[in-house]
Amino acid sequence: MADNRKAAFFDVDGTLVRTNIVHAFGFYAMNQGTLFGTAWRTAKTVASLPFLWAADQANRKVFNEVFYRFYEGQSEDRLLTLADELFEKVLRPAIFPGTEKLLAQARRFGCRVVFCTGALDFTVRRLADHLGADDLIANRMHFIDGFATGRVVPPIVEGAHKAVAIRDFCGREGLALGESFAYSDSFSDYPMLSVVGHPAAVNPDIRLRSVARAYEWPVISTQEA
Amino acid sequence: MRPPSKLRRFYESADQVVVTDKDSPPRLMFFGEDFLVEDLPIGTKVIFPNPPVAGLPNVKAAIRWAINHPEGCDPLHAQLRPGMKVTVAIDDISLPLPPMRTPDVRQLVLEVVLELLADAGVDDVHLVIAIALHRRMTGPEVRRMVGDRIFEAWWPDRLYHHDAEDPDGLISLGATEHGEKVILNRRAAESDLVIYVNLNLVPMDGGHKSMSTGLTNYEGVKAHHGPHTIRQSWSYMDPPQSALHHSVDRIGRLIDQNLNVFHIETTINNRMFDGPLAFLMKREEEFTEMDRLKLEGLRATLHALPKGARRKLLQSVPAPYEVIAVHAGRTEPTHQKILEASYGQYMVDVDFQADVLVYGMPYISPYNVNSVLNPLLVQVMACGYFFNFYRGKPLVKKGGTLIIAHPCSDEFDPVQHPSYIEFFHRLLPETRDAVALEQKYEREFAENPTYVHMYRTGNAYHGAHPFFMWYWGENGRQHIGRIIVVGADNEHVPSLMGWETASTLSEAIDMARLAHGRGAEIAMLHFPPIVMTQNPG
Repeated sequence: MADNRKAAFFDVDGTLVRTNIVHAFGFYAMNQGTLFGTAWRTAKTVASLPFLWAADQANRKVFNEVFYRFYEGQSEDRLLTLADELFEKVLRPAIFPGTEKLLAQARRFGCRVVFCTGALDFTVRRLADHLGADDLIANRMHFIDGFATGRVVPPIVEGAHKAVAIRDFCGREGLALGESFAYSDSFSDYPMLSVVGHPAAVNPDIRLRSVARAYEWPVISTQEA
Repeated sequence: MRPPSKLRRFYESADQVVVTDKDSPPRLMFFGEDFLVEDLPIGTKVIFPNPPVAGLPNVKAAIRWAINHPEGCDPLHAQLRPGMKVTVAIDDISLPLPPMRTPDVRQLVLEVVLELLADAGVDDVHLVIAIALHRRMTGPEVRRMVGDRIFEAWWPDRLYHHDAEDPDGLISLGATEHGEKVILNRRAAESDLVIYVNLNLVPMDGGHKSMSTGLTNYEGVKAHHGPHTIRQSWSYMDPPQSALHHSVDRIGRLIDQNLNVFHIETTINNRMFDGPLAFLMKREEEFTEMDRLKLEGLRATLHALPKGARRKLLQSVPAPYEVIAVHAGRTEPTHQKILEASYGQYMVDVDFQADVLVYGMPYISPYNVNSVLNPLLVQVMACGYFFNFYRGKPLVKKGGTLIIAHPCSDEFDPVQHPSYIEFFHRLLPETRDAVALEQKYEREFAENPTYVHMYRTGNAYHGAHPFFMWYWGENGRQHIGRIIVVGADNEHVPSLMGWETASTLSEAIDMARLAHGRGAEIAMLHFPPIVMTQNPG
């Protein structure tokens, strides 16, 4: 049980599941309800991949802002309805074998389990419930008249803002940052890892692995049970 | 005809304690992943290991004889019945050191036992590697320990590691009259019969310690590995004088009351090196020109190699240990017989205590097989194991000086020893007080989900393990007045551990003599291989 003193903050994509936000969007693009709509969305997404890749390399914040534009015009009902299917078909099979063990350990030792992700909240809500997260810090899509505007409700949860979000969360909930844990796979989450007392790199990319070695952060894997 | 001086040395060579004179050769010392060759002051008493006891000519026959003629219980075959549930617990890679040449004695015992179980119609059998809070072994390491045939047939479904952090895999058997928690592997506790396959490298191992330590969890280990218990253990190699063993025995007796445990204990001789490295087993007086050439060749090779390759080279040489005793049956009478064999191999009688004790630190310890001997483990070997290599009185006087040789590089293995890194760099700068560390930080590390995850799914030592490593040196630290490390490649590591530094052995001895006087009695424990002293006083 959580003792209201410490939390464990988990990035989701690449840390707990092998998918990322592109997989989620790809799922939506391929489930547009009409054949033409599906083909158009899919083609548009595929054509944009090189640009998205370049944006991600340059700046995760730019990538997120550009990427979420792709949701523009989607109906809220449809996004929410498809979220269940997204979980069952895409996310659930992609959960790493060691994920549940890692989360169980955090819970067993009194940590509030908090997912902190740049993904959209409706795409990871079911996953968070399934894995027993106590809280979810995620991006929220802006809707007008039931349709997505393609803009995320600020502040966008990514990079440095994840650290701010975590600090605010701890302040609000009376948690000790210095006693809390953070887990991520990506160098872009360096601020989130730095802000807590016990960071760990999970299945890290090369840059994060290098940083983890330099700062003597533990490097763990969720890819094995 | 021998000149008189040679005759005198010939006479002394029959004794394990050799007094250094002006004709004595320089002594070979371990120096981490290197060796030093150093002259010792005249009068230094060098304590050499006993020669290896002859190995058993047919180990499998000895195993069969032992399980058919057990101590204090029915033979193993008479305890078996079809359909029963059996757990075979096995010691892990922490011994022997270095790992022994294959076939490992555990493989030989398992081959005999598993055949017997199969013949008796016992099918519900699990093999559990009793790692306690040690790291999980890698697949190739397990394969090497149990042999290809067993590994292929049993791994990983019915041959696996004990998991001290699996809440469903542990069971409480209550507590001893001293309040020590008795927590045990559930599979073992719920078995009709537990067979513990042990290897005693030194007299500290085996007996009740096998079950009560190997198959328990953090709380179970904490019951007897705390600083207060360690401070009352004189020494680990002398169980009747060791509070650690008293505690372990109480726990073990409670286990024996609840479970049917059949121990198969083995012990080995001290033949640590042979072949091209056989000269390491010799006294320097016996070195031939070829031995000197080999030594220089080895040192030149080690110097030419990068650290990683040097480590790999040294750790890839298995020890040609031979099994010298196998006994089986109830815990205490079985262990008593093994202890006698072990003492016979290692103990050298001495009738003095030195002001200054010297030994070189090797490249390996129970906790860094295929890894780095990090500074905390150097401390464990210096103040824990080697200091405790005695029965009766310690080899060094209370308040004496210990001189060790090791580079003490600030180097840790993030895969095997992640929590050591935090312990060493975050906690030791704050305090070296074992009790303060225990009270303030031990549980934080033990309950760190990252470290627990690395222990359970990777090859990392448990988060609390560095604490037990620090406590392990506690009796040495309490007894020794001063520790001087020779050849450290930095100042901060020795400083964090409260040690002084010297660039050469002679400088260290001069420093020690400043405190103890010119007439200070100096002794050296000559490793390799293992040697222990007994001084009933």
